[in-house]
Parts: sequence; C-alpha cells; structure tokens
Amino acid sequence: MLRFVVRRLALVVPVLLGLSVLLFAWLRALPGDPARTLLGERATPAAIERITAAYGFDQPLPLQYLTYLGRLVRGDLGTSARTGEPVLESFLLRFPATVELALAALLVAVLLGIPLGYLAARRHGSALDSFLVGGSLLGTVIPVFFLAYLLKLVFAVQLGWLPTAGRQDPRIDATHVTNFFVLDGLLTGEWDAAWDALVHLVLPAVALGTIPLAIVVRITRASVLEVTGQDYVRTAEAKGLARSVVRRRHVLRNAMLPVLTTVGLQTGLLLSGAVLTETVFAINGIGSYLFESISTLDYPVLQGFILFIALVYALVNLLVDVGYGVVDPRVRAA
Amino acid sequence: MSGVVLPPSSGPVGPSSGDPVPGLPSALVPDAAAADERGTSLWRGAWRRLRRDPAAIVGAVVVLAFVLVALLAPVIAPYAPAGAQWANQVTPSSVPGPSDEHLLGLDSFGSDLFTQLVYGARQSLVIGVVSTAIGLSFGAALGLLAGAFGGWVDTLVMRVVDIMLSIPSLLLAVSIAALVGPSPTALMIAIGAAQVPIFARLLRGSLLSQRRADYVLAASSLGLRHRTVVMSHLLPNSLSPVIVQATLVLATAIIEVAALSYLGLGDPNPTVAEWGRMLVRAQDRLSTDPHLALLPGACIAVTALGFTLLGEALRESLDPTFRR
Repeated sequence: MLRFVVRRLALVVPVLLGLSVLLFAWLRALPGDPARTLLGERATPAAIERITAAYGFDQPLPLQYLTYLGRLVRGDLGTSARTGEPVLESFLLRFPATVELALAALLVAVLLGIPLGYLAARRHGSALDSFLVGGSLLGTVIPVFFLAYLLKLVFAVQLGWLPTAGRQDPRIDATHVTNFFVLDGLLTGEWDAAWDALVHLVLPAVALGTIPLAIVVRITRASVLEVTGQDYVRTAEAKGLARSVVRRRHVLRNAMLPVLTTVGLQTGLLLSGAVLTETVFAINGIGSYLFESISTLDYPVLQGFILFIALVYALVNLLVDVGYGVVDPRVRAA
Repeated sequence: MSGVVLPPSSGPVGPSSGDPVPGLPSALVPDAAAADERGTSLWRGAWRRLRRDPAAIVGAVVVLAFVLVALLAPVIAPYAPAGAQWANQVTPSSVPGPSDEHLLGLDSFGSDLFTQLVYGARQSLVIGVVSTAIGLSFGAALGLLAGAFGGWVDTLVMRVVDIMLSIPSLLLAVSIAALVGPSPTALMIAIGAAQVPIFARLLRGSLLSQRRADYVLAASSLGLRHRTVVMSHLLPNSLSPVIVQATLVLATAIIEVAALSYLGLGDPNPTVAEWGRMLVRAQDRLSTDPHLALLPGACIAVTALGFTLLGEALRESLDPTFRR
C-alpha cells in the first residue's frame, strides 16, 4: 500500500513541474513588459527597474525560470496588482468559503444521488426509473449559474424562505476561528451563527450540487444494474443468502467503486462551478476573487489562482486514487 | 475483447473515456471493439436503431431546429441584432413586455429580445462547433500519434495529456483570455483546448483496443505498410466513440460558452447577442423581469439537452451492448 502511495505521489511531481514551465511561459508570453505586468498599469519607472532586478527579468530565460520556481516553492505568489495584498494570503483567507461550498454541494450529490440511483436500478423500467433518468438528464444540461438564478428567484426573492446572498447575516457578531463559518459556530458554541451560516449555504449548495447529483444518480444506477447481472451475484443468490445480504455485501459494495471514481472526478467541476455559484450568491470565496481579477486582468492573482487550483486539483486526485486503492485492492496491483 | 492492459500511469480517467478502466463496469465504457466487428453494416444498423429511438428523434429535432435558427438568423429575426434602438423605452425598473412590434418585448439595452435570442443561437453554434473542431482535431492527432506508434511516443504524449487534464477547463479559459484578451476567439481556443485531452485519450484507447484485432493482423501479414494499416484499417474502425463524444461535447461546449461569457471572458461588447451574456445582464432585473433570464437560460438548457439526447442515442445505437 505504501509503495502505491509513493508511486502515485511521484507522478504528481512531473505534472506540477510541467505546469510550472507552462505557467512561466504563459507569464512571459503576456503582452508587455513582465515587470509592468506584475506591478499593474500605474507602475513608476523606478519600481519597474526594481522588480526587473528582483525577479531577474534581465537574466537568461532558463535562469529566470529557476528563480521563478524558487519563489513558487517558497510560496511566494507575488502581490495583487489591484489591491497590493499578498496573493497567497488572500487565497488562504478566502479558500475556506469555497471549500465549505464545494463540500456542501458534494454532500447533496452523494447523500441524495446514491440512494436515488440505487432506487432507480432496483425499480428498473418503472415510471420512477424513467422519471429519475429523465431528471438526471435535465440536471446535467442546466447551466450552474442559470440554476442558481432560478433557485434565488423562487426561494429567496419570491418565497423569501432563504437568504439571497452572502455567507452569514452581517448583524450576527460571530467569532471566526477557521473561516469555515458553520464549523466556527459549532466550535465556539454560537449555535445561531452556525445555523445562519448553514441556512445561507442551502441554495448555493443545491445549485452547485445539481450536476454532480445528476451524474452520481446515473453512474450509481448503471453500476448497480451492471453488478446485479454478474455471476457472483447469481452465485450468492443460488447459495441461499438472504436478499438483503446479497444486496448489501455483493451488489452495493461492488457497485460503489465506479461511483467513488466519479465523485473524485467532480473536483474540477465543483471548483469551476463554485466560481459561478459564488458570483451569483455573492459569497466571498476564491471564485468571486477570480471574477474580480478577470475584469481587471490582475495577472499575479490569475497566476496564483491557476497554480493554487492546479495544486488542489492534483492533491484531490491523489487522495481519490489512494482512497480507491484502499477500497479496491486490484488497483494497487495495476 | 478489450484485453489491452494500459500502463499504470494513465492517471485519472473519466467515465466518458474509452480506456478500459479498472473497476469501472464495461457498460460505462464505450466498447468500440464489440461494435466495430460488424464493419460497414454497423452504421446501417445504427441508423435503423436510431430511427426507432424516441430520444434520438427528439434530440435530432432539437439539434436540427437549433442549427436552422442559427443559419437562418437574418431571415427569422425581425430586426438587426444588438440594435439597442429602443433604449429610450427602457426604464431602470422595467422593460417593455411583448407587443405587436416586439414578440417578446425588449431587453435591458433596448434591443428586440426575440432577435437577440435568435442571434444568440448563431453565436452558440459557431463557438460550439469551432471549439469542438479544435478539440477534436488536435486531440485526435495526439491520440493517433500515441495509439499508432506506442512506445516512448505514447508515453510522452500521454504525459502531456496528463498535464493538460490536471488543469481545469475554466483555468485554461482564464489563462488564454489573459493572453489574447477577452474575445470569442479566446473562448473557442479555451473550450477547444480543454477538450483536447478527452479526445486524445479516447482515440488512443480505442486504437489500442483494436490493435490486436484479427483484421489488423491480417492486414499486417499481407505486407501492408504500418501507415496504411493505421490510416485505412485501424483508424476508421476506432472512430465511432470519438464521433459520439463529439456530439456530447457540443452540449458541454454550449454550456461552457455561456458560463465563460458570464464570467466576462467572452465578447467585451455588452450588447452582443449571446445567451450567457444575456443572463448576466438579466441579474439586476431578476425580481421585476425574470423572463429576461428565463428565456436565454431555457435556450441554453434545451439546446444542450438536444445534443446530449442525440449523442447518447448515437452511443447506444453504435454499441448494442451499452445498456441505458
């Protein structure tokens, strides 16, 4: 098992190195002087000269790349051209909001998707099955931000059941320890703050969770149908095992493997979807930060965003692969 | 039949990929080998199955309608797009509703809403098709290179593909738009580039699963050159999953166009007729004029649904072992 983890970890390194080369090339390919790009429009000649020397833009390219790599490894992503804040710090401050949203969405997808998919497979060919298949098809074609609009329009604007925007009522004087607002409320015992944060999370989580939900339903259904037809299920039934035992131990357990893979593959979808959802619901995560930085072409932030997300993406994929190896011994041997 | 063992380094694989994935039931993996053994009659059989599938017909009708509207936009639309000539009728709190002159009323810039929706179809079709063409041609070229040569070429190409896969498509779009500036061209390149790894993996997997088929052995033992074997025997027999994927990807592309222009990465002109753009503008008027958001949103969803239905029906009809 350890060898599998190490081997899989070793695979991340060339990918990240390749990415850093691409990112470096990207930075150098941006129109204009790189020092000016980093400093923004209002840079003074003196500041440009200083940055050129500090970043070594007057050095040969390979040397520049090494300098650049060194800065990245030390976690130096530069400062925002718009606000002057260090990029990494801004990310770390906003990241919990995005993670909270993505996790809530994933929870919606998994907790609803697996039972619904299983139900559809059990009632294969019934009206319920057709309804779930049709619904999941519809779920994959609705753009995230459009769904977010609809939910906001119906449940927040017209019915007024849920808040329209934000992460927490600003009138609540909540203590923030981790910046995961729900968790903060639970940790500090401020139940009303936790509840309020949770209520704010409902609509964004449903909006973001719908596409993964639709995918999980479809994969679970297909996978359960596939497994049900396998010889080992027939064998288990033939040797007189109780129905519930066959379903739990043989069908569900084997059927969960592709579902797990699929859930892991949703990371990219969740992250890009989070950008859109955060924008619609005015959630102050890295998504809305990116949104602000695109319109001003704040290159240091954009660069940091790309690197940061790629790193998160690579790590999550690693975790999924390792988790997969734990569940399914065949993967380890492959 | 798909007894090809892939190198362990093939990284994360989507259920839509053609690679035989360990642990993934074969029903989720389009199995080209099974379907393609029937040669040319495969397509005739597929056509027969497609005509009897109601989902395929609904999908085809939606796609056809969308393409026709896009092509005939100047004929169908009563006005020129992005006109904004009735801006004086729009107040900050309301837009004029349907009338005799304007079938669906005006949008928030004072352009005819129906005209904007019709031209929006054109924008979506152009960007969707061009980006998919980019993704398909580059991806297929890489996949062909990897699948036909194998060895170190395969390893190198697939490593590059792995790196591309590790970048979420949104990031690609952001970085490309930063390079060339926000424009429809940036959108096409970005969406196409994000598809390249998908097509590359798919074609490679499909080629690999065919490489040990009897007809390839026969062709090689007849003394045909490697290039001839690949181009005239292997490739035509490995294409069907790629065609299916292209149809499905068109649905995604149309949604992505809307999402990216929503983020401000598309055409910088705010009055341009583009469904995602129209949705953004509608946000301010959500409580007073929700139809400004509902109509373009519905257009995106219906079009994407059409391509998805058609693509899935195509997949099933080309692969009889694929169970819905």
